[in-house]
Amino acid sequence: MKRFTYLFSAITALALFSLSTSAQAAEGIDAVVNEIFGNATGWFVSLIFAPLPGTNFPWIVLWLVTGASVFTLYFGFIQFRSIGHSIALVKGDYSDPNDAGEVSHFQALATALSGTVGLGNIAGVAVAVSIGGPGATFWMILAGLMGMASKFTECTLGVKYRNEYKDGSVSGGPMYYISKGFAERGIPGGKLLAGLFAVFCILGALGGGNMFQANQAHAQITQVVGNYPGWITGIIFAALVFVVIVGGIKSIARVTDKIVPLMGILYVGAAVVILLVNADKIGWAFGQIFEGAFTGLGVAGGLVGALIQGFKRAAFSNEAGVGSAAIAHSAVQTNEPITEGYVSLLEPFIDTVVICTMTALVIIITGQLMQDPATGLYILNESGSIMTADGSSGVALTSAAFGSAFSWFPILLAVAVIMFAFSTMISWSYYGLKAWTYLFGESEKAELTFKIIFCVFVVIGAAANLGPVIDFSDAAIFAMAVANIIGLYFLMPIVKKELLSYQKRLKSGEIIKFKDRH
Amino acid sequence: MSATIIVGVDGSEAGNRALSYAKRLATLIGSECELQLICVVEWSPYTFQTTEENALRKKQKHIETQNAQERVINPALDSLKEEGIKASGTVKFGKAATILNNIAVESNAEQIVVARSTEQGLSARVFGSVTASLVMSANVPVTVVS
Repeated sequence: MKRFTYLFSAITALALFSLSTSAQAAEGIDAVVNEIFGNATGWFVSLIFAPLPGTNFPWIVLWLVTGASVFTLYFGFIQFRSIGHSIALVKGDYSDPNDAGEVSHFQALATALSGTVGLGNIAGVAVAVSIGGPGATFWMILAGLMGMASKFTECTLGVKYRNEYKDGSVSGGPMYYISKGFAERGIPGGKLLAGLFAVFCILGALGGGNMFQANQAHAQITQVVGNYPGWITGIIFAALVFVVIVGGIKSIARVTDKIVPLMGILYVGAAVVILLVNADKIGWAFGQIFEGAFTGLGVAGGLVGALIQGFKRAAFSNEAGVGSAAIAHSAVQTNEPITEGYVSLLEPFIDTVVICTMTALVIIITGQLMQDPATGLYILNESGSIMTADGSSGVALTSAAFGSAFSWFPILLAVAVIMFAFSTMISWSYYGLKAWTYLFGESEKAELTFKIIFCVFVVIGAAANLGPVIDFSDAAIFAMAVANIIGLYFLMPIVKKELLSYQKRLKSGEIIKFKDRH
Repeated sequence: MSATIIVGVDGSEAGNRALSYAKRLATLIGSECELQLICVVEWSPYTFQTTEENALRKKQKHIETQNAQERVINPALDSLKEEGIKASGTVKFGKAATILNNIAVESNAEQIVVARSTEQGLSARVFGSVTASLVMSANVPVTVVS
């Protein structure tokens, strides 16, 4: 506690000192952070997004699409066959009342969703449609549907190979299923691959799970209160994250976790109202989405440009194949690991197919993307993105789209973004911590070290420009998918075995709804 | 013929009133009567939790069960034993009214004894108190001790 007080005082002192410096010096800090960060991460970003020889198609996007397609085919389009059963499991129809008091399927799904629904759905979609055009939405939906099979595979394994400790606590995720599953099947290299995943997970936690959130939260706050240096937002966020993850002040996290679902409902509700008011344009918007998906409608890179953006932002938003969800879902109370696979496949559906599509439709329908009336093609600006009505991009574009219908919406969105960002940060601090302790052992010192590094990256994320932060966040998240999907290829026969056994027992009546048991 | 009475206890003053009344009933009925003390920890499978809370939930449930057993059930059972009344006790998680009714039905209980709680505030007004929902939905007679 003494150490916590000391560290907290140090951060507060730093914040107060920083606030007293001049605005000019502050802008200087942002520029320095941005330059150092851009230079330090450039090679990593280039490696992950290297194009396939002779094309401009990043190999990593093909990697994710191939993975999702393989799992979809291998499990016989499980995502389309089992939605009803997934919903019954979430409703608790198959749950034993004697397990009451432990983590239900609903809670595991809701917790995992609170880590994924957030800025990816708001800012990420805006980035996708402003670079890849409306057509990116089509590829985003397709990636979401295919990603359901990836999520099914990884979350089943997450539960099957989790570590259950004597004190009742649980740790799970790709690092555990890769190392244990490979050993069980006699495949060498499991520990190495699990270690590699853990390294990438730490980078992902610092990138997409932290810096991107801080960066976009700052962008949203400046939209409402005016421009000021990003590191100030960073310091405030870092202090709040610090008191929760180091100080153990759970009440803040609890309040956020209660408000986040409400914000999600308000966001979707507002989108539905805008779509209903503009119901006559929905047909046209879908026309733009389909036409753009196959022609590009003038965006940089045409069809491929739209496809890359759609797939990238879908993966970033729903994290299917990335492995993070397997960590979140592993705490569920069930004796059948496959049931959590069924439940988890709803996650990309809710996140991407429903929420991301709504955001995209609102941006398209409210006319934020500038079109040449003569040709119907979208007009590009000097950076290669589609010109927007007020020149905004990222979360500001979504804010402008919703704001055109409800003038008060930017304020609500600012609050929602801050809440989403904070809740995602807390979730990812846990994923990163699990990876960190997998590598360095479970000790108080190791945990504190990671938590302090995590807080420092909040400040860097808020201070850096959007470009380098998005690049690094994407690269770090996708790097996790490299190790995870290799692991899933080797372990998918285990999931198949679980699935066949479960389906057989379900068909024979051995597994029935609890209310039918008596 | 034996008679089972379900008693809702929670360690509060209201719970103790219910227990005292059930004791009197058991004494009147005689040695054929068994009291089943149920302490329900309110819990819903539809609440939102953090990832860390989920990871520690099993451990937390164990602690909550132990606390309820040691602070509510065991002292009550000890006092009943001293008075020669047959009794058993369980800690359950979920919605109190549903659990008390389900256990009563499963064990063919004669009645459920609960005390009128002093629940106030918005949640009691909107969702009703445990006693109110029990009285409205129970499949066995319910005695509400004031």
